[in-house]
Amino acid sequence: MKKWLGLVLTVAVVLVAGAAPWLTAHDPLLADFVASLKPPGTPGHPLGTDQLGRDLLARVLYGARLALFIGVCTVVVTAVVGGLLGLVAGFVERWPSAVLMRLADVQLSFPFILLALTINAIVGLGLRNIILSLSAAGWVVYARVVRGEVLSVKQRDFVQAAAALGVGRARLLFRHVLPNVAPSIIVVASLQFSQFVVAEAAISFLGFGVQPPTPAWGSMLSESRDFLYVAWWLAAFPGAALALTALGVNLLGDWLRDTLDPKLRV
Amino acid sequence: MRRYIAARLAQAVLVVLLSLTAVFGMVRLGGDPVLLFLPMDIQAKDVNAIRQRLGFNDPLAVQYARFMGGALRGDFGESLRYRRDALGLVLERLPATLLLAATSIALTLIVAVPLGLLTAVRRDTLVDHVGTVAMVLGQATPGFWLGLMLIYLFAVHLRWLPTGGTGSLAHLVMPSVVLAAFFSARVARLTRSAVLDVLGEDYIKTARAKGLGEARVIGKHTLRNSAIPIVTLAGLEAGQLLGGAVVTETIFAWPGLGRLTVQALLNRDFPVVMAAVSLTSIVYTLMNLGVDLAYGWLDPRVRIRP
Repeated sequence: MKKWLGLVLTVAVVLVAGAAPWLTAHDPLLADFVASLKPPGTPGHPLGTDQLGRDLLARVLYGARLALFIGVCTVVVTAVVGGLLGLVAGFVERWPSAVLMRLADVQLSFPFILLALTINAIVGLGLRNIILSLSAAGWVVYARVVRGEVLSVKQRDFVQAAAALGVGRARLLFRHVLPNVAPSIIVVASLQFSQFVVAEAAISFLGFGVQPPTPAWGSMLSESRDFLYVAWWLAAFPGAALALTALGVNLLGDWLRDTLDPKLRV
Repeated sequence: MRRYIAARLAQAVLVVLLSLTAVFGMVRLGGDPVLLFLPMDIQAKDVNAIRQRLGFNDPLAVQYARFMGGALRGDFGESLRYRRDALGLVLERLPATLLLAATSIALTLIVAVPLGLLTAVRRDTLVDHVGTVAMVLGQATPGFWLGLMLIYLFAVHLRWLPTGGTGSLAHLVMPSVVLAAFFSARVARLTRSAVLDVLGEDYIKTARAKGLGEARVIGKHTLRNSAIPIVTLAGLEAGQLLGGAVVTETIFAWPGLGRLTVQALLNRDFPVVMAAVSLTSIVYTLMNLGVDLAYGWLDPRVRIRP
């Protein structure tokens, strides 16, 4: 049940994002002042229009592309960077391990969203910088999980045996250890994905991150605040799209965790 | 226990020192800090004068020593916008945030723990299914969207509650519900899985086998033993409320630390940003320390691990 709902929602969001240009004839950036603030159900505008007369359905659909793009990029960057650092720290131990753990302590002494927001305000706005900020705030989770896993996998007989046979350190690490910690990386990635997507929306909502007129769900919700009295749909639909995406990926992540790695529960 | 407390205290002090360093480093991340500190429309000839006045022409090591020295004495400089002590401004806003966080934690304990317990005890019944769906939905709903929808429903449509601001109990309702929603969903799930774990233990079977009433089995044996993971994880998660407050306070114009941080970031008032982020980090670290110590007290096995 969990699995199917998660799978269906996630696949639906991916398909809708991919097929956005074929699902709507409207340009998400094209203003039409004559048709501004039309309610949902208006002919030609199933979800209505915003204050500039832009089609809301088109903006929500293109917003899905942006959200998924940012989520995927951030997850890949954090998984690679955090995963590699965790691998090295767990494998070498000694000072790399100590340095990494202190870094992790420091990062974990800031709430995630505050850290990402502050970094974003400093490095600047825009698509590239929001991915950078989320990654800088988020890599540490992988590093910790992977380091812990490597420490235990390293002790297993097949790794010890390979080392005794004279297998080189790099080969040992990437051929014998990495495949055994990969499931944890996948599980953490799936659990982090929706956190990144929601955090991006929150940061854009606060006026940083992705800027208007780019159709990002967060900045759409931010603009909708000025029209809450007259146009509820501007707040309802982008937020619902965000919540459904988060729901789908969360369910999928829960299911992956239960299947791949019951130890990681909670 | 004394050694455990000493070790954890030393670790917390180290983390605070390193976090202050990180705050300093973060602000230097963006290149020339003067450009960050200044309004966008500044005259070029004034830039160097200000750079000199704020001490950015000194070597980095000198600047770092000055920042750390000041920070440890509670001096983060003067707000560029309000011309007042930055830490003073931040401390003024702290009570509002703590009130909001405390209300949310109270709401969570009242709603989430009984819900988690109920769904675990009535496993695989309708109550469990409805409760689990509510938890999953609560976790997936972004707080700021929930906030907007509540404002639309209760402030715009029904006119029962104010849209934002502060002053009365009615002002506290929506922000604390929004802040509590995500947290409650997490805590309810944690409670459910912790109670389910305990219900599978042998001593519960023993308690039932010897004829104890169900109320005693659940109320005493189960709840007491599942309290340890619930307290720990809920405590660790409570720190994230400080992050959630950043967004929630902005939506509801709640005059707390989070809203001040966002405004200071928008105004490029970096002394205030540094003071606010440092204080958040210190409060967060203290919360984690408190949780660890409580954990050590609840479960003696933990104290052996350094």
